[in-house]
Amino acid sequence: MKIHEYQGKEILGRYGVSVPLGVVCRSIEEVNLLAPTVMGPPWVVKAQIHAGGRGKGGGVKVVSSLEDVHQAAEEMLGMMLVTHQTTPDGQQVRRLLIEEGVAIHSEMYFGVVIDRVSQRVVIIGSAQGGMDIESVAASTPEHIHRLSVDPVAGVDEAALALLAEQMGIPSDSQREAVGLFSSVYQAFWETDASLVEINPLILTEDQRLVALDAKFNFDDSALFRQPDIAALRDFDEENQDEVDASAHGLNYIALDGSIGCLVNGAGLAMATMDIIKFYGGEPANFLDVGGGATTEQVTEAFKLMLRNESLRAILVNIFGGIMRCDVVAEGLVSAAQEVNLDVPLVVRLEGTNVERGREILAESNIEIIPAATMAEAAEKVVAAAS
Amino acid sequence: MTQGITGRTGQFHTANCLAYAFGRDCFVAGVTPGRGGEFIEDVPVFETVVEARDQTGCDVSVIYVPPPFAAAAMIEAIDAEIGLVICITEGVPVKDMIQIRHRMTDSTTVLIGPNCPGVITPEEVKIGIMPGYIHRSGPVGVVSRSGTLTYEVVGQLSSVGLGQSTCVGIGGDPVNGMKHLDIMALFNADPATEAVVMCGEIGGTDEEACAAWIKTHMTKPVVAFIAGATAPPGKRMGHAGAIIAGGTGSAEDKIKALEDAGVAVVRSPAEIGTRMRDLLGHA
Repeated sequence: MKIHEYQGKEILGRYGVSVPLGVVCRSIEEVNLLAPTVMGPPWVVKAQIHAGGRGKGGGVKVVSSLEDVHQAAEEMLGMMLVTHQTTPDGQQVRRLLIEEGVAIHSEMYFGVVIDRVSQRVVIIGSAQGGMDIESVAASTPEHIHRLSVDPVAGVDEAALALLAEQMGIPSDSQREAVGLFSSVYQAFWETDASLVEINPLILTEDQRLVALDAKFNFDDSALFRQPDIAALRDFDEENQDEVDASAHGLNYIALDGSIGCLVNGAGLAMATMDIIKFYGGEPANFLDVGGGATTEQVTEAFKLMLRNESLRAILVNIFGGIMRCDVVAEGLVSAAQEVNLDVPLVVRLEGTNVERGREILAESNIEIIPAATMAEAAEKVVAAAS
Repeated sequence: MTQGITGRTGQFHTANCLAYAFGRDCFVAGVTPGRGGEFIEDVPVFETVVEARDQTGCDVSVIYVPPPFAAAAMIEAIDAEIGLVICITEGVPVKDMIQIRHRMTDSTTVLIGPNCPGVITPEEVKIGIMPGYIHRSGPVGVVSRSGTLTYEVVGQLSSVGLGQSTCVGIGGDPVNGMKHLDIMALFNADPATEAVVMCGEIGGTDEEACAAWIKTHMTKPVVAFIAGATAPPGKRMGHAGAIIAGGTGSAEDKIKALEDAGVAVVRSPAEIGTRMRDLLGHA
């Protein structure tokens, strides 16, 4: 789960990390009311959307008068902000963060991530702040400094002091840096985060360390024990189809193609997308109905796929293990009766009770193109869609 | 033993495992705190893993405990020095898994999962949720991060007349127990295994690590498929681990590493069985 920058800064603030003082505004009225309470000039007006790359898309403005704050806010509120991480249509800006400007001496990068290789939390620091850390890692890997954290002992202060030095933080500020690094790690660990990035972390002209940005991602599997974090979820930032899918226990991701896929299991669902592409088609979605889908879930899955105007054909690929093919078939029949199925439907059923499942489909009056294998199913659905 | 045997899932799958091949001789205990002394499917239930181990000599555990309690169940089994622990549970927090991996630093326990279908040696014993009837005993080892994709592979192998030595689902989580490399090494040393099918997917670098190991150590033929070649970057494709992030984890990188190690990588998941048949030149 992702959150907004302002929410991330609130969390950091609670852990004692310095962030610029600011206000969050949802309307021009709020801007006019709250902006004068923020110290300036200068002021920074920042569009709050979950996607990164906001600066390049015109979502961050530094201004020197309250009139210009008002002007920037008018432009940004409601705009469709396009960045390299949004869809081509962009993401609508519903909130602004208006902050005090800070005099920057130098910019650095500080991050905390889950490292799959060491199976631990790793702290990453770099003197190269304010730019895409992946580009830094690719072009100048010597500027990336990593520190593995012992999950029981926690962070090692001597190692953090060395990291501060490697990041070019002057010795007078190293004590402060060690405290800040420890606090960010603590925030990461205690909130079940999967990523925290402060890019840039800055040293001000008056030698203070301030988090100028804050990016948090959280482990979805841990939200059950993080109610305060779960409450920060902003459904406006998520794809409506994906939100509806998760409400029904379905795992759905919209894609650009024309062939809808309904599959049980994430690995098989990815493999089904791949084989559609292999035969020259383009998948319209990833859809995993899980291990024990009900008739209601299958119906819901069909409704989701049919919302897509680009949809030209549907491929159902089920390898029933625990999930019985007769139950899937009944779900398909019931779903097809409930929704207006106006595209060709290719069905490949395999596994437990497959004969009974195929009988149910044959006995129904739904037009189904049956397939015995994944390859046959993919070939048939690609032909049907073109 | 089954940890969480009195739950709906634990009970259902234990019954299926008991009914498969020599399951009746293998499943000797269940564990659910507060339910000691009961019987589920004629299997005695114990209060703790230690008690179950001491009373029955059991040295393998399979866990169906819900996510909030799965970590405690794994830790109990690890502390009881159970030889092999298989955690089926999906949705265990990553932080819990980091702590478990740390606790296992000097442990002799082998962990498979979580979020996995389990392990089966066809016609001998099934420990997990896979449909037993699709499997045949034979020479091909199967290791995979996914459940139903493994069934697809097994179905293809069985249909071309190739049975399986053992099938291991290692699960789709980013922090977990055995990796592709660990299972590959076990298959290389296993006299019953003549060849291996490996199913990887996007995310992480475990497949690349396994490819490097294959290049210098593996003496048996390997067929591989990497799921997710068509997945967009930055999106989590169902499995928590299946995400292309920070320029790593793409299918192309994994395919390249595997091909470089001499692995027969198929681009179509429908060709796994026939490719293995051609490679082995019999069946």
